[in-house]
Amino acid sequence: MQRSIASLLTARLLVALLTLVIVSFVVFAATSILPGDVAEVLLGQAATPEAVKGLRTAMHLDDPALVRFGRWLFGLASGDLGVSYANRMPIAQLIGGRLLNSLKLAGVTALFAVPVALTLGITAAMWRGTWYDRVVSVLTIGVISVPEFMVATSAVLLFAVHLKWLPALSIARDVQGLGEMLRVYAMPVMTLAFVISAQMIRMTRAAVVEALDTPYAEMATLKGASRTRVVLRHALPNALGPIVNAVALSLSYLLGGVIIVETIFNYPGVAKLMVDAVATRDLPLIQTCAMIFCLVYLILITTADIIALLSNPRLR
Amino acid sequence: MTAPLVEIRDLKVDATTDAGRRIEIIKGVSFDVAEGEIVALIGESGSGKTTIALTLLGYARAGARISGGEVWLAGKNMAARSERERAVERGARVAYVPQSAAAAFNPAHTIMDQVIEVTRIHKLMPPEAARAKAIELFRALSLPAPPLIGDRYPHQVSGGQLQRLSAAMALIGDPKLVIFDEPTTALDVTTQIEVLRAFKAAMRQAGAAGVYVSHDLAVVAQIADRIVVLKDGRVQEIGDTRQILDAPKHPYTRELLDAFRPRARAAAAASARAAPVLAVESLSAGYGPPRADGTPSILIVKDVSFVIEPGRNLGVIGESGCGKSTLARAVAGLIRASGRMLLDGKPLAQHAAERSMQDLREIQMVFQSADTALNPAKSIRDILARPLEFYFALRGAALEARVDRLLDMIRLPRGLKHRRPTELSGGQKQRVNLARALAAEPKLILCDEITSALDSVVAAAIIELLKELQSELSLSYLFISHDLNTVRAICDEVAVMYAGEKVEQTTPEQVGAPGGHPYARLLMSSVPRLDPDWLDTLERDPALVEAFSKR
Amino acid sequence: MASLASGLAMGGYRINWVGALCLLIIVGWASVAVFAPWIAPHGVGDVVDSDYFGPMTREMPLGSDYLGRDMLSRILHGARYTVGVSLAAVVLACGTGVTLGMAAAVSGGWFDAALSRFLDALNSIPSKLFGLVVVAAVGSTIPVLILTLAVIYVPGSYRFARALAVNVNAMDFISVARLRGERLPYLIGAEILPNILGPVFADVGLRFVFVVLLLSGLSFLGLGVQPPNADWGALVRENIGGLPFGAPAVMAPSVAIASLTIAINLLIDNLPRKIRDRDA
Repeated sequence: MQRSIASLLTARLLVALLTLVIVSFVVFAATSILPGDVAEVLLGQAATPEAVKGLRTAMHLDDPALVRFGRWLFGLASGDLGVSYANRMPIAQLIGGRLLNSLKLAGVTALFAVPVALTLGITAAMWRGTWYDRVVSVLTIGVISVPEFMVATSAVLLFAVHLKWLPALSIARDVQGLGEMLRVYAMPVMTLAFVISAQMIRMTRAAVVEALDTPYAEMATLKGASRTRVVLRHALPNALGPIVNAVALSLSYLLGGVIIVETIFNYPGVAKLMVDAVATRDLPLIQTCAMIFCLVYLILITTADIIALLSNPRLR
Repeated sequence: MTAPLVEIRDLKVDATTDAGRRIEIIKGVSFDVAEGEIVALIGESGSGKTTIALTLLGYARAGARISGGEVWLAGKNMAARSERERAVERGARVAYVPQSAAAAFNPAHTIMDQVIEVTRIHKLMPPEAARAKAIELFRALSLPAPPLIGDRYPHQVSGGQLQRLSAAMALIGDPKLVIFDEPTTALDVTTQIEVLRAFKAAMRQAGAAGVYVSHDLAVVAQIADRIVVLKDGRVQEIGDTRQILDAPKHPYTRELLDAFRPRARAAAAASARAAPVLAVESLSAGYGPPRADGTPSILIVKDVSFVIEPGRNLGVIGESGCGKSTLARAVAGLIRASGRMLLDGKPLAQHAAERSMQDLREIQMVFQSADTALNPAKSIRDILARPLEFYFALRGAALEARVDRLLDMIRLPRGLKHRRPTELSGGQKQRVNLARALAAEPKLILCDEITSALDSVVAAAIIELLKELQSELSLSYLFISHDLNTVRAICDEVAVMYAGEKVEQTTPEQVGAPGGHPYARLLMSSVPRLDPDWLDTLERDPALVEAFSKR
Repeated sequence: MASLASGLAMGGYRINWVGALCLLIIVGWASVAVFAPWIAPHGVGDVVDSDYFGPMTREMPLGSDYLGRDMLSRILHGARYTVGVSLAAVVLACGTGVTLGMAAAVSGGWFDAALSRFLDALNSIPSKLFGLVVVAAVGSTIPVLILTLAVIYVPGSYRFARALAVNVNAMDFISVARLRGERLPYLIGAEILPNILGPVFADVGLRFVFVVLLLSGLSFLGLGVQPPNADWGALVRENIGGLPFGAPAVMAPSVAIASLTIAINLLIDNLPRKIRDRDA
């Protein structure tokens, strides 16, 4: 029934849009309640009362909040991201290269983490109750429970300090050759991959187990199907929706992990940019970086929901 | 003498409870099945019939395992073989027809893929031959559009059709033994007939033996050659079908037969008072926003009128989807309805939120599933005490005394007060349900399929209780059910519903009589009788079947 | 999970040995949080070692930190902040979330729709980001931290409680209560809450773990508990300079966090089951 699929999808996308507006309002509100005068801060030594007043008018700082919000939103949508307070450079220029770095990091992590996690999750469900499954479960609980910086510091301790295989910091400027790149990327990627894999393994295993506990899986067993066949032909097609959902949700954890990892390894990505901006109270930069994060997060979650919707076989 | 196909010797199965204790659920069962013979396993829930049937496949559900005895199938002991060896037999030598075909089909694959899967697993024949054979089976099972139905997905096909498709799925491997696990329990009586006929014909043609699990004696009488009666994991009696039905030897078998034919109610005298307890005029109920005339846009109940006099009972019967439960909910005020209702001659507001405390008290409702009708976090005493506190502001000793009296009224020991609902049996829970309704001292009790989820013996006891309470307390009942026998036992008048309308209202003996509404006639003729020849000699008017049954 | 070793039965409850061990660890840290000033061998600011990033010795079982202070004492004192702030935040978050969730499930209608929509939007902001942004704006005093952490986890608690309550709401005994004329507070308090208490407590435990991890993350970035006070995350931040030397001072606070969070997660997975047999 084409119409109902289309209408469900449209509804979901509209909800996403509405959420984006609410979220941007919250970000704007949170960053605008700043004690202290922005104009004073910017003028620094030259902050005479007239100068401050003039700058405030020039920056439209005395307009009502909703007007400022609207102007900011419009600016974002049309590509005008404003100017950083700290170093007067246009934000778009600051962000551009670093956003690319962060995406590279996330991309490489996903490339490694997803296949490994899916395999482990599915096999753990297939051999439910065996020692293999128990080991996987305990390890994943362990990794999920600990903070990302613990995984990172442990990795540094092991590979950089004791074994001396990898450098502790990553200088991702002019990376020559594959070997160099591997050494630089290895630990940040490993840390991130560990964290999101653990989530994915748990959720994948749960999805497959749920599909295995159904009457139709029992029916397949009663027809003489081997366990492998029951999992691959009967459980997986039905668990696919929840599994993709799990992958999308786990990838959204990258957004949190990347903040820690870029800080520890001094990786020049957009998360580190934002953390530094917080230290210098550089409002426009914080706002823009926050919006980028929220947008990516929202895209991932909406995609996950849409896939869950579409994978319902009753819609055929 | 040829050896029997199936020999079960002293089978024992135990299970692990939630707490970790092992208890024996099958306690030494033995019986045989000859080639081509159909044997029925009869018993109430908890008797172990499904568990025994599954052991023939070498299978036990989670938590259970075969702990002793032998299960010989064509010379192989399924109880002792490894999982892989068992898998070789499943589907090829012994096949399973599930209780709920709708759940047993994988929603992600087409029907044909699943029906011929057995041939793929056991490499019995190439796919084209399998497909052709499947279509032949579809034809033999009287399914519509045999060449095309396999291309559909399970959710696109009706329940009765799915049940027959699962039989095709079982027969495609040419098994020597077919296990039927209560396959018609979830179907309406009018659909059940077609499915039973199809099964019988297919089994005759294939010459396979069968084990038919059920709790319904009348259904089993139509299809089984011999019957094994089970209770609490033990065999009570084994015999030919006719012998069991005409001359049962074991007292438990006699109990089962008695429960099948409950005593009819002595007609209650019409009361001297004029005003009926409940008068309903043109009641329409449903969902969705109201139209201009106040009726909801999606109607489930259409323009129903009836009257219940004090001390008398009205039964409402019909198949699933006819609107009888919705009718009860509309009378209770749980959903929006249009039309007029008079309680004791005074107008009754449609929605419960608008009714006075008095009106709410005088109409009480008892639900079908006692599991969801009693709060599992409360003790029995608390459940019964609340209406007493709420309606009558009883406290302290007076409250406790009244709770005790209620327990006496429903014939339960007073010590049960401190238990939780999860510790009670189905019949006990339903009695507590009733007591909660009685606590409000109502005039009318709406019984919504209250015995449908109970075993026949327990249900019969509940009906007796209802009758006693009625004479003690001058109550009236509106009794909703799909089972005419139960309704006959307790009601003075019966209304038949179809597609939201009341099509007929007469005395219980007159329902389905030749002069009445065609649907009522079809319904009554579809109810199985305790006569083995009933199905074979049944003739239903094809025009009626076409018009009314959902095949 | 009765698959792990069968344990002891006490008073009708059965706990396996893994669950019992986890409970011990949790109670241990809770006591430390309360009694730290009396248990710790040294004061919070006492410099006891002439060297810094010292190794694990008898006098200083976890080494010394970047100023020469005893790491063990620092960690014991830090427990107050980690456990205290997280506990306050989670109690606030779950108290609000569960109440709202139940109310929304029972009332339905526009109240439910509006609240769910708003809290879903709140949930769409990544938690670390929200913490970052708020701290950037308002600063990171203890009350602000508690409030921020609570706000971040209200939506999750709400969604979970609401889902449970919706299932209970669909049961016939709620219809029976409604037909009696019972009002919202009674329905929530006496009929629904007792039936969801178990899963809600497990959820509180899970959320506590999330809060501890987020607080530690924020402190690690310098945005959580501020000096001179230090929770375990801040301790890692202070001593990160010792990483190239492999000093125990860097890993010890992380291990403390891990012990607490792993213990809670394992406990939840091994919760005792009631012994009530139908055939007793």
